[in-house]
Amino acid sequence: MTRFLVNRLLQAIVVLAVMSFVIYGLIGLMPGDPIDIMISSNPELTPADGERLKALYGLDQPILRRYLNWLSAALEGDWGYSRIHAVPVMEVLLPRLGNTLWLLGGALVLALAIALPVGVYAAVRPYTPLDTAVNLVCFGGISVPPFWLALMLMMLFAVSLGWLPAGGMRTVGGGGLADRAQFLVLPIMTLTLVSVGGYTRYVRAAMMEQLRHDYVRTARAKGVRDHTVIWGHALRNALIPVVTIVALDFGTLFNGALITETMFSYLGMGKLIYDSILGNDFNVALVGLLFATLTTLVGNFLADVGYAALDPRISFGEARV
Amino acid sequence: MSAPTPAAASEDYHGAGSPARLRWRRFLDHRVAAASGVVLLMLAILALAAPLIAAWLGLDVTRVDLFNRFAPPFAAHLLGTDELGRDLLLRLLFGGRVSLAAGLVAALVAAVIGTVIGVAAGYYGGRLDAALMRFTDGIIALPLLPLLIILAAIDLDKLPLPDGWAQSGSVSLYRIIFIIAVLGWTTVARLVRGATLSIRQREFVKAAVALGAGDLRIMAVHILPSVASPIVVATTLSVGNIILLESVLSFLGFGIQPPVPSWGNMLTNAQEMIWSAPQLAVYPGLLIFVTVIAFNFLGDGLQDALDPRAIPKRR
Repeated sequence: MTRFLVNRLLQAIVVLAVMSFVIYGLIGLMPGDPIDIMISSNPELTPADGERLKALYGLDQPILRRYLNWLSAALEGDWGYSRIHAVPVMEVLLPRLGNTLWLLGGALVLALAIALPVGVYAAVRPYTPLDTAVNLVCFGGISVPPFWLALMLMMLFAVSLGWLPAGGMRTVGGGGLADRAQFLVLPIMTLTLVSVGGYTRYVRAAMMEQLRHDYVRTARAKGVRDHTVIWGHALRNALIPVVTIVALDFGTLFNGALITETMFSYLGMGKLIYDSILGNDFNVALVGLLFATLTTLVGNFLADVGYAALDPRISFGEARV
Repeated sequence: MSAPTPAAASEDYHGAGSPARLRWRRFLDHRVAAASGVVLLMLAILALAAPLIAAWLGLDVTRVDLFNRFAPPFAAHLLGTDELGRDLLLRLLFGGRVSLAAGLVAALVAAVIGTVIGVAAGYYGGRLDAALMRFTDGIIALPLLPLLIILAAIDLDKLPLPDGWAQSGSVSLYRIIFIIAVLGWTTVARLVRGATLSIRQREFVKAAVALGAGDLRIMAVHILPSVASPIVVATTLSVGNIILLESVLSFLGFGIQPPVPSWGNMLTNAQEMIWSAPQLAVYPGLLIFVTVIAFNFLGDGLQDALDPRAIPKRR
């Protein structure tokens, strides 16, 4: 078990290291470079100055060299400055990370709170009209374009009804907890709606699989109440694959967060990455993407740990096929 | 998937004839999937016929008419006009060509990549399998959307590409197909690898080995047809996903570049106009939604129809 987790951890570090190089290279291929930006913002600079600046910042060196320079500085805690925000990268990034976690956490909890009962409810009466209806709604949730759903919710709740703000973080000048919460409602609602369909389908499939097992029939034959069989026996086993899939699916949730944040001008990681790519803020884009990769890797890692913790039968000693 | 009375269910299919006919009947039994197929067919025909419809209506999809901005629906413009006075219906149809083409082509390319990797990993096993699957895991762990945004933002002039290539008009379409296919093959690869692993042990494959067939021949002639079902299902499901991704990227301004319409980029400006012209925001999104949900239902129906072990659902 420990060996397995250590292996997984090492694997995650390798992925992260490879990714940092790939992203570093890709960002170098984006339009414009820092020197171009300096030159275009200062008409007094000559091409010769440009060459000198390039040498000064080490941009004339080969990419591997530059990457290693960046990496050694980063490992010492120097992540560079944000071009747009004019502060060290971490000072922009960390508050944004907090905002995103609120959004992700809220949507995840809400989606699971809906998916678990609905999925179980549908699974115990398969192929009834009710189950079919749940299935149809789930397909709707999976298939709706998140940005369009956000637009429609905005039209309904902000434009037509005027109940909620259409975007932002807080009322100008205001800033109480209730005020902040108001601005979270639509983003969380969007993210919940786009993820709840998939979760419900996982729960339903896992429950139906469990209900076929002999132990369920045995429990029923012994006269255990239906309620206990379903919620006590079957659901506990069904949770194992559900937890795994939800954790593995964390990347999808993050994609949703990027779209939701951009739509509602919610200042989170997703919007930060988007804005920094648009605004040639290379340092922030680089670190933001690495954080996003890290989040997904942590999700995968938690899936493995959760899998092991929930199912005592699983041993990770031998190779899995 | 347990039907309450398997015996009765199999009786329903008694005398269905060939396996192909049986599959066809199973597919039709999944009524939502069958209906989705019809909807998709109609959308495809409408999109293909877009130039004909334009000629018939006597309109030009690119014609800007600033005296007729935000026109309400009327005889000349069945769905009204957009912020530049262009006909909305025609733009939706032409946008459909782009969105459907991007989704289908990218899904097919991704399926080919995934199949090659999956069959190779499953057939050869050992180190190659381990390496390919770790690689697949690595790709799955990537934050897909931010990475796609970066890939879509790359300056093609900085790449060693043939001259003039980066300037051609359809480059944004090719680029989006390429980047989505390059990152989107993982599901197919995993499914195909799993199927290949079990097929490899079967007697007919061993017989082919005994007869002296080469690796390539075994993979192409014996394994590939046996793993076709999961490939078809996964590809169908991924078309929907890819259309969603394309629309998100185009919406954010990184995908299909205006003035070429796609369902995604038609929504880009809609956000600022939800107060003044909400109808512009509704239609493109509705079409994306209908198309994606239809592909998902179709994939679901194909899954039921093509899996020989699945007991038919009763609907």
